[in-house]
Amino acid sequence: MDVLYFAWVRERIGLPKERIDTSAATVTALVDELRAREERYAAAFADLSALRVAVDQELVDFDAPLAGAREVAFFPPMTGG
Amino acid sequence: MRIVVQEAGFDAGQELTRFSAADPGIGAIVSFTGVVRDTAEGTLDVMQIEHYPGMTEAALTKIAQEAMTRWALGDILVIHRFGRLAPGDQIMMVATTSAHRKDAFEAAEYLMDYLKSRAPFWKKEILRDGAHWVAARDEDEDALGRWD
Repeated sequence: MDVLYFAWVRERIGLPKERIDTSAATVTALVDELRAREERYAAAFADLSALRVAVDQELVDFDAPLAGAREVAFFPPMTGG
Repeated sequence: MRIVVQEAGFDAGQELTRFSAADPGIGAIVSFTGVVRDTAEGTLDVMQIEHYPGMTEAALTKIAQEAMTRWALGDILVIHRFGRLAPGDQIMMVATTSAHRKDAFEAAEYLMDYLKSRAPFWKKEILRDGAHWVAARDEDEDALGRWD
């Protein structure tokens, strides 16, 4: 699936988008996989309360299932307006 | 409904004239225009606005559709910019029309409250002496509670 990062999450991880092969069943499981990869991921995902997640462009909770998901995006709380 | 996400600037006056011209049944037009505010010390060089193409348009449409079901509105206009903006630049505008002002005012406030916390935009302030991402404010999140 495609994993996207925005704002400081993008800066901390160092790229806006990557393709990840995963069998993670939930967003939390995907986060655990990413954290285990490298320090920059562990740093970006250190505090999930500071992050929001969207699956296929819909805001969801971190325990949301990933079955059939094409795109997951991680970002800080939004600051529009 | 007209939802626009663009890098270019816009003329709020022209947009409002065009938006409100079509419907003779309306008795009220409410609009809000957001402007890039400088810091108290005048040190803001650039306000950089990032967004999530695709989700942004979908989220704004969903918010506007919800407003259309909650209030008796004629129409909704939302324009939001992204990219590099300077102090004083217009960032975004929302406008609503209705037969009476209460619906138009309330719907415009609803749109603003949701747009601040549920549309995927992020602001970064590039200051003369550094840069930082603007943090979401608790009161913006709390503001959504009044629409439950």
